Amino acid sequence: MVENFTPVSGLIGGGLIGVASALMLLFSGRITGISGIVGGLLSAKGSELSWRAVFVVGLILGAVIYMLVAGGTNLVQMEASVPVLVVAGVLVGFGTRLGSGCTSGHGVCGIARFSNRSITATIVFMGVAALTVFITRHVF
Amino acid sequence: MARMLVALFSGTLFGLGLAISGMINPAKVIGFLDVAGDWDPTLAFVMGGALLITIPAFRLILKRPYPVLADSFWIPTLSSLDGRLLGGAALFGVGWGLSGFCPGPAVAALAPAFATGLVPVFAFVVAMLAGMAFYRLLFERPVRGMGEGRASGPGGFVSRGGRS
Repeated sequence: MVENFTPVSGLIGGGLIGVASALMLLFSGRITGISGIVGGLLSAKGSELSWRAVFVVGLILGAVIYMLVAGGTNLVQMEASVPVLVVAGVLVGFGTRLGSGCTSGHGVCGIARFSNRSITATIVFMGVAALTVFITRHVF
Repeated sequence: MARMLVALFSGTLFGLGLAISGMINPAKVIGFLDVAGDWDPTLAFVMGGALLITIPAFRLILKRPYPVLADSFWIPTLSSLDGRLLGGAALFGVGWGLSGFCPGPAVAALAPAFATGLVPVFAFVVAMLAGMAFYRLLFERPVRGMGEGRASGPGGFVSRGGRS
């Protein structure tokens, strides 16, 4: 393995994600699930819509701040073609709503509450994702 | 107003964390998922770093009767497994494995995508929104307020506690 392994920046970035999730629960009583927050943009109204919109603006702003400070160029590298990404996007959008959460809502917040639904969902989506990568990279 | 500032600050911290950890880069995420290849365990450290904070913090916070700026906590109360949870997680897993994107990193990656004109990121995010809209079309009945919709939705979000 592994010239790309970056455990320190991983822990620091993960810690920030944890602090962000804790602040949302402490002040607003909300679980920081990105699929739920983004999905709510399609149906919420009033202040329920505006806090979600503001959170999403922040999400993008955080990446902008990182780009300004760190100045890297190759931040996003993708291997998949656009048609594959479109299929993947639909699956991610539909699947996270049907399964009530994604990596943040189940993986970070749900596991923190020791929710058996979230632990199970995380095992399923991680296992299926690893299997998908195995098939696309090593079988075909 | 204060809740808007909390959402903006929290969202910004979250996006910064995703960028610092490298999780907005699908190649790095696929490096984690590709256990049979040149395995990159970083994603486990990101989740671990987040859980180191959220496990003790959530335990303390949920001892409060209600949040600082709201009337009650909105916590999922369902505990049983069902087909929707498992099927949804599996579909999400296929999409995540194909792309290397889950919802948070895809949205945060719009920033470098705007800067460099990276069309595939936009394509993914638009498709993701379409998938969410399709879910809504199939499973969510029109509701008047978001509160009622979520309280009766499949996620079983029910407000807990509350000021009295």
